[in-house]
Amino acid sequence: MTPAVGKPLDRVDGRQKVTGTARFAAEYDLPGLAHGVIVTSTVAKGRVTAFDTAAAERAPGVLAVVTPKNAPKLRPTEPFGSSETKPVAGTTTAPVLQSDQVFWYGQPIAVVVAGTLDQAKYAAHLVRVTYDAKPAELTLDSKGRVFVPDKVQQEEPEITIGDAEGALTAAAVKMDHTYTTPQHNHNAIEPHATVAAWDGGKLTVYDTTQFVFGVRYDLATRFGLKLDDVRVLAPFVGGGFGGKGGAWPQAFLAATAAKVVGRPVKLVLGRDQVYACVGGRTPTRQRVALGADAGGKLTTLIHTGRTSTSTTNTFTEQFNFPARHLYASPNIHLAQELIELDVCPPTFMRGPGECPGTFALESGMDELAVALKLDPVELRLRNDPDKDPTRGTPFSLRKYKEALKLGAEKFGWARRTPEPGSMKDGRLLVGLGVASAFYPVYRMPSSARVEVTAAGTALVQCGCQEMGMGTATAQAQIAADLLGLPVDRVKFELGDTALPFAMVAGGSSQTISVAAAVTAAVAALKTALLALAEKADGSPLKGLKAADVAFRDGGLARADDPKAGESFGAILARAGRKAVDAKAEVKPGDEAKKLSMQSYGAQFCEVRVDPDFGTVRIKRFVGAFDVGRVINAKTARSQFIGGITMGLGMALLEETHRDPRTGRLVNADLAEYMVPVHADVPALEAYWVGDPDPHTPMGAHGIGEIGITGVAAAVANAVYHATGKRIRDLPITPERLMSAARESPR
Amino acid sequence: MPPDPDPDRRDFIQGVAAGGLGVALLSTAGPGVAAADPPTGPGRAIPVQLTVNGQDHALTLDPRISLLDALREVLHLTGTKKGCDHGQCGACTVLVDGRRVNACLTLAASVAGSPVRTVEGLATGDDLHPLQAAFIKHDAFQCGYCTPGQLCSAVGLLKEAHATTDDEVREQMSGNLCRCGAYPNVVAAVQEVRLAARDAR
Repeated sequence: MTPAVGKPLDRVDGRQKVTGTARFAAEYDLPGLAHGVIVTSTVAKGRVTAFDTAAAERAPGVLAVVTPKNAPKLRPTEPFGSSETKPVAGTTTAPVLQSDQVFWYGQPIAVVVAGTLDQAKYAAHLVRVTYDAKPAELTLDSKGRVFVPDKVQQEEPEITIGDAEGALTAAAVKMDHTYTTPQHNHNAIEPHATVAAWDGGKLTVYDTTQFVFGVRYDLATRFGLKLDDVRVLAPFVGGGFGGKGGAWPQAFLAATAAKVVGRPVKLVLGRDQVYACVGGRTPTRQRVALGADAGGKLTTLIHTGRTSTSTTNTFTEQFNFPARHLYASPNIHLAQELIELDVCPPTFMRGPGECPGTFALESGMDELAVALKLDPVELRLRNDPDKDPTRGTPFSLRKYKEALKLGAEKFGWARRTPEPGSMKDGRLLVGLGVASAFYPVYRMPSSARVEVTAAGTALVQCGCQEMGMGTATAQAQIAADLLGLPVDRVKFELGDTALPFAMVAGGSSQTISVAAAVTAAVAALKTALLALAEKADGSPLKGLKAADVAFRDGGLARADDPKAGESFGAILARAGRKAVDAKAEVKPGDEAKKLSMQSYGAQFCEVRVDPDFGTVRIKRFVGAFDVGRVINAKTARSQFIGGITMGLGMALLEETHRDPRTGRLVNADLAEYMVPVHADVPALEAYWVGDPDPHTPMGAHGIGEIGITGVAAAVANAVYHATGKRIRDLPITPERLMSAARESPR
Repeated sequence: MPPDPDPDRRDFIQGVAAGGLGVALLSTAGPGVAAADPPTGPGRAIPVQLTVNGQDHALTLDPRISLLDALREVLHLTGTKKGCDHGQCGACTVLVDGRRVNACLTLAASVAGSPVRTVEGLATGDDLHPLQAAFIKHDAFQCGYCTPGQLCSAVGLLKEAHATTDDEVREQMSGNLCRCGAYPNVVAAVQEVRLAARDAR
């Protein structure tokens, strides 16, 4: 049997997804189900002075209008990042429904519950609210509190090596510019939704989340329940991208409403409410300054800037992480400050930090290449470090140069003529750009349960998540190889707190975290199976130890003699059992402390720019990645091109506009917040080096986020190559491109 | 962004505007509208006969209910998805009289007597529709939430037979957003089925 790992297998849940039978949170119908619709604030800061709920309460079908006046008392949440040992997932400390205070425009302030959705929506419009509004701080330049966070995702907020500013002054060739990225929103097509039902003091919740155990912890905390009295299920999630990584308000609001009306409640956020109540990616303003000697070796690297956070939770968008690991430089200065704003707390969005960070850093590298009159691929090759540039540790795996060369070859980089505007396609300008991709390797604690049956099938369980990555498929492939079974004999169950514990599906950590737990559970299962055979007369396994046997063809066999073995059925039948199972709980070791563990890649973009209209079309895009061993070539490619697609949106289209006077998001819908559509995206290509990482489970890295990193810079660099215009503020709109001046023709 | 590539949708919106605008306005009464009950009264149910995937359903519906909510909340046919409720994402695309429409912009009462086909009605027993099979083969989805809409839209697109090149398929599928970014795989799946059908003729 050839290994399943690495094969481009179809998704195991594909049939459910194409037939409409894959069920998402809002699709669980319970007896007596009522519908909740939230009311949101229309001021950014202040307090509610009065609710007029009389008309809403009189409206047909209305069961309750829940406001701070009649809401059950909840305890404060424990926000994300407030504990390293507990699965905390609170996204905002705002005492929603517990006080009259308002902390951002669009904050939930009431829930209307009615028998049908239309009744609840109609009645929600009848709630009248008056406010005592206070001035709010709403932009990166406002008077909000500015501070340096204690830690940035467990790392030091500032890194200083040598004299970066002095080296910049002295550098033979240099660049020094500021780049900005706007707020982005995730826009998973499934809006945030919860169905909540109480059974006495026990709570069951179907929630759209990337972290069932986090939502369980949050609900248990708020309602003062034991963890075992709360069950959270999310077998399918309609896209997450970080936007469902924490416990957002829909879950506890639905549970609150259900408690008030004594019936199960479904609460689905409207699309505008997803923008209003779920944080997006913070805007960033970043300075990148690079100096080099005449030979193109970096002499200094500066990457500093400001991002925003909120008054009700601190979130730090770690934009300078790529600069900590990508390039060798004797002088480095990396720093970040936050400004606290009266906004919905920003949160993780695909490649948080690394995504906007690579836009600035990789645009800067392109500007340095122009100043050096050096090919930008060659510049990157010349600055590849032999150990981690800021930590000094060896790399667990670094095939960055290989990825860069692979991408350049597949893309046909050699055809590029360096001068801006030198390549044309009829009246259109042709531009070719490159940028590095970068994402860290994260691993988290995880557990798993494995069961094999006499029929030769296996069930593998872990309360992890599926929101498009192909989790069940990849883990079934991994388990099948470990168990010596064909993939179609292995079933993988996920998305339920009744299953073994898993952390958030975030930080591209899930595949290897769960793989480690599955591997350990399978090892424990071998011991359990062998215990049934090792003392049995007539068993070829009699007297053997676990190290002497291996899973083979639906059973166990001597490692040194595959023919001397027994099937699961034979072992279990003799023992009078139908199945045997084992569990394991696994934590990462200290490898991440001793080694620099990162994924790398190179993004290559070819654009066509209309010189008269400033419109940019993507002609071709190639990503090449160094991500260890790939588990499923089909779903991996989808992850890469999906990340690239979101990156193309970031480059050319995406921006959440907040009215700086009121705090209202003015384009909170899918027509005015433009995400890429079919017509924006050409055929995309993704390649990978494929060398396994000797220090990760399965030799793999997570791949969900690296695909988006570097994309916006590759596009901006291609636009520069086409036009000679350097756009440092995203998105690259036609008006920005038409009004920009041509720079440094050479 | 390209202009709306979906002539059917425009046609349909005009149809609704001509036929059912009064009801549509009532259903969107917002904060700026007087709080008094609209003339027909919210929640005053009306009889509606819906034909979905070949099955007749004699329903009593709130006149405000969209076809999307009628499918999901009343008939419990949850394969059709709600992404925006504003006709902007295409996740709710279904086929009415064989033409693709956004079920969220369609009042349920306005399609009484017209056959409605949803993702649940694409396969024949256990035999997947060729597009469903091609979507699996080409990994034309990730999370699967936009997939029913992409599939119904692709069924409509192939019937319209206006798209031949990849760019034409892209243009005419642009009303269906996929945030996971499976677009190139959707195009590959649609083209494979289109070419197979052409070769079979």
